[in-house]
Amino acid sequence: MKPARVAGRVMATRKDESLIGQRLLILRLTDWNGYESGDELVAVDAVGSGAGEFVFFVESRDASVALSSNPPVDAAIVGIIDGVALTEEPDGMDVYR
Amino acid sequence: MFIAKVIGHVWATQKSRGLEGKKLLLVSRLKISDSKIALSRETLMAVCDKIDAGPGDYVLILDEGGSARSILEDKTAPVRTIVVGIVDQVECGSRIFEMRDGILEERGTR
Repeated sequence: MKPARVAGRVMATRKDESLIGQRLLILRLTDWNGYESGDELVAVDAVGSGAGEFVFFVESRDASVALSSNPPVDAAIVGIIDGVALTEEPDGMDVYR
Repeated sequence: MFIAKVIGHVWATQKSRGLEGKKLLLVSRLKISDSKIALSRETLMAVCDKIDAGPGDYVLILDEGGSARSILEDKTAPVRTIVVGIVDQVECGSRIFEMRDGILEERGTR
């Protein structure tokens, strides 16, 4: 599960029928502190998230099982983040030589 | 699978049913080599169900959705990364490390 911020929504009247009825949201990928990394993707919304919300999403097969109809999708929002607590910020340095 | 340190957690009331009642831990992958041990900068979220892991614990992580769903016994859980154990000791190369309460100590060499 990866963090992201909902940046917008995609409307597509002509689309694969498996996507009919799915809300397609634009996600800006972030780290767990909410800082945007610049990457974006479109994900199906499985939990009713709105613009600007800090969410987490799953990809590949895990995205398909997130929705009852098991649509062929590769990314699905599965949670809206209320809060994040980080006890340390790993900086990739040595923990123990 | 890989070893990671639990460095935080996430709370989210509005989430998929398959995640209800599960802890959402943030973990940093441990990179162990003969010369050094390091926590990677990339932080991942791991679901924690039956294992009682919390911040500071070194845990064993399984990182594949199908296996995660069978462990959770829920074919619809949108989960890929899951905690499957708490690591007490690691023997790597000639070195032995013990992990307890967030402290990682070398216990001599083999």
